Amino acid sequence: MSPSALPAITYNFAYLDEQTKRMIRRAILKAIAIPGYQVPFAGREMPMPYGWGTGGVQVTAAILGADDVLKVIDQGSDDTTNAVAIRSFFETTAGVATTTKTSAATIIQTRHRVPETPLVAGQILVYQVPIPEPLRYLEPREAETRRLHALADYGLMHVKLYEDIARHGHIATTYGYPVEVEGRYLMDPSPVPKFDNPKLSESPALQLFGAGREKRIYALPPHTRAVPLDFEDHPFEVQRFAEPCALCGAQGVYLDEVILDDAGRRMFVCSDTDFCSGRRAAGHRGVMAAPYEEPAADPAAAKAGDAP
Amino acid sequence: MTAAQTVPAPSAPRPVLPDAVLLQVAGLGKSFTLHLQGGVRLPVVANVAFELRAGECVALGGPSGSGKSSILKMVYGNYCADAGSILVADAGGPVEMVGAAPRRVLRLRRERIGYVSQFLRVIPRVPTLDVVAEPLLLSGTAPEEARRRAAELLARLNLPERLWSLPPATFSGGEQQRVNVARGFIAPLPLLLLDEPTASLDAANRQVVIELIAEKKRAGCGVLGIFHDDETRAAVADRVVDVIRFSA
Amino acid sequence: MSTPFEPNEEQPLLQAEGLTHYYGRRLGCRGIDLELHEGEVLAIVGESGSGKSTLLKLLSTELPPTSGQVSYRMRDGAMRDLATLSEAERRLLLRTDWGFVRQHAEEGLRMTVSAGGNVGERLMAVGWRHFGEIRDEAGDWLDRVEIARTRMDDDPRTFSGGMRQRLQIARNLVTRPRLVFMDEPTGGLDVSVQARLLDLIRSLVAEFGLAAVIVTHDLSVARLLSHRIMVMKEGEVIEAGLTDQVLDDPHAPYTQLLVSSVLAA
Repeated sequence: MSPSALPAITYNFAYLDEQTKRMIRRAILKAIAIPGYQVPFAGREMPMPYGWGTGGVQVTAAILGADDVLKVIDQGSDDTTNAVAIRSFFETTAGVATTTKTSAATIIQTRHRVPETPLVAGQILVYQVPIPEPLRYLEPREAETRRLHALADYGLMHVKLYEDIARHGHIATTYGYPVEVEGRYLMDPSPVPKFDNPKLSESPALQLFGAGREKRIYALPPHTRAVPLDFEDHPFEVQRFAEPCALCGAQGVYLDEVILDDAGRRMFVCSDTDFCSGRRAAGHRGVMAAPYEEPAADPAAAKAGDAP
Repeated sequence: MTAAQTVPAPSAPRPVLPDAVLLQVAGLGKSFTLHLQGGVRLPVVANVAFELRAGECVALGGPSGSGKSSILKMVYGNYCADAGSILVADAGGPVEMVGAAPRRVLRLRRERIGYVSQFLRVIPRVPTLDVVAEPLLLSGTAPEEARRRAAELLARLNLPERLWSLPPATFSGGEQQRVNVARGFIAPLPLLLLDEPTASLDAANRQVVIELIAEKKRAGCGVLGIFHDDETRAAVADRVVDVIRFSA
Repeated sequence: MSTPFEPNEEQPLLQAEGLTHYYGRRLGCRGIDLELHEGEVLAIVGESGSGKSTLLKLLSTELPPTSGQVSYRMRDGAMRDLATLSEAERRLLLRTDWGFVRQHAEEGLRMTVSAGGNVGERLMAVGWRHFGEIRDEAGDWLDRVEIARTRMDDDPRTFSGGMRQRLQIARNLVTRPRLVFMDEPTGGLDVSVQARLLDLIRSLVAEFGLAAVIVTHDLSVARLLSHRIMVMKEGEVIEAGLTDQVLDDPHAPYTQLLVSSVLAA
């Protein structure tokens, strides 16, 4: 059913009413003013379940303008259910232009990744956050974690990292790796792989984090330091991949493992589908890449078409 | 709680002790009120008065129940006196034991007054050698030296060496008493209180204790003791203070 | 018990004046005055409901007094009214200069964090950032409290009651506090386990010259560990003094009853 076939149900631009947007914008402004601090906001019910990005969607809805170009990714992909659903949600309710190209987007809503293409000034990255509280693992009481933040009392977080090293020999936290923002607030960067942590710090883009279930918004303004916690003798390190992307041959990017058959054969490909297809369009080839073809209209076809 | 127990106010005249007097007891009285038995009051002693000088051993005499142990315990601060005064010579001048603040009493015990009770109060798990060495450790002696001297004393008291590393809880009465004596004699404190130190000892060990007391006296120590057997008392005591005089 | 300490005749470490707490209309404790000096161990004894745990909570700032005040001599020598400390100062005090050993280990330990992490937490909280050093220090403390280093990466859920209490002690003492609060530290333990724990507490208190406030209903624990004792009944102190003097020559009817009720082994 196309939107035009609907009867006279109309939505406000970008679904949320203007009062709600203003409330959320106030929270965003406060979050920008206090980098890394979790600002509570009166989260609304959204036409999607919690866990599907309701926090990110509300942030996006509050900042979206008619001339914005929106990109939505889920685990680096533009073509997974979550990304497709949210993109079409805003196409429907705001009628804004959408894109899969990182460089063409003004607002990028993301679940669990930072795009490989470096962000630039003027872009806004909106993270979907499941659990905003980095101390939750060790301290279940919300009142207490807020007090710990107020007092910058973050020894607890190091206890978690200590436990990692004691149990695994290294810091085994591979995603949602906690950062200290401008020497003050401890922040959970949402479950991005720790590979992406360096991209968070001092980014020229504005980064906004929305947690729908817990109704919290926090932010990293442009050029804000976000330093991963670590120990002197166990410094923070990003993951390294032994081989380049099997499709585009890129190195130094975050790769997804794809199981190929029952015998356990596998391949590693860029998690960022836009970055990967861009490289292939530019003529880069990985060891398992098919000869380059013009991508189909549906972006999902790009990856599927390349799979053996 | 502290206000009632602190040392006299600065305005009170400072007590003085004649030269060489280590302990001066005057007008000392004690009774027990047994609240569990309808508040019955048991008088023990009244108007106790005596002095103890350096290098002297004074024995408290009198039949059992006459209050000898109570006097000793008041001097050690273990019992509260109802009345009177117990002046103890201290480096900075005499200290009134009656009504002294707990911390003052503890310091006197650490620096001035040793006490050998009739029974060893056993500390769980602490080896005999350490039980004996403890008073020396507390006064700042190095652990090695303290243990060496403890071993010396235990050897003199004929405690078998194989027992030294064991806690004394399971020892016989005589063995425990020798540990107790060693612990009491090890520290060089100027005032030593002995409550029947030879009660469960054989003749040979009794003789060792008599020698130890004589050594303390030669070292200028004042000894106040209760001795159950006439032989020991005759061997060590310069004077006997008959407690019967003070019966309340 | 007598342990070495350098008494500061001038100023107590901890001082309480007229400390009173009501739970609504019900009395917790009333009009408590006390002084505790460095290296001194004070036992608070009494039956359940006598107000001794309330007093411990008031002294340790876990509970605000209805009236009265608690002062503490900070490491810089200044005597501070604890009610005027900022929350940040109070927490710093709690995890550096103070310790709190609780009867129930699960209230004093992080049960899902390894023994080493439990001991290391205070170090990390005060800024230690070298894993190897934290681990070495934690290991030294496990040695001190007689927990095998091989258990360092096990969490306390796998420990016996006595081990948990010893771990609590290590966790608290690792920052070399000057004052430790203990709430029935040997409660609920087997007698032989108790003896070992008491001996450990006794030797650590002596070694580090710790001041301690120990709440216990067990007079033998008080006798073994404390220099001074306060006997509480119905929210008030009814007798106080040198531990051996109060226990050997009790004056108050209730203290006489308590002392005479002890079963001799």
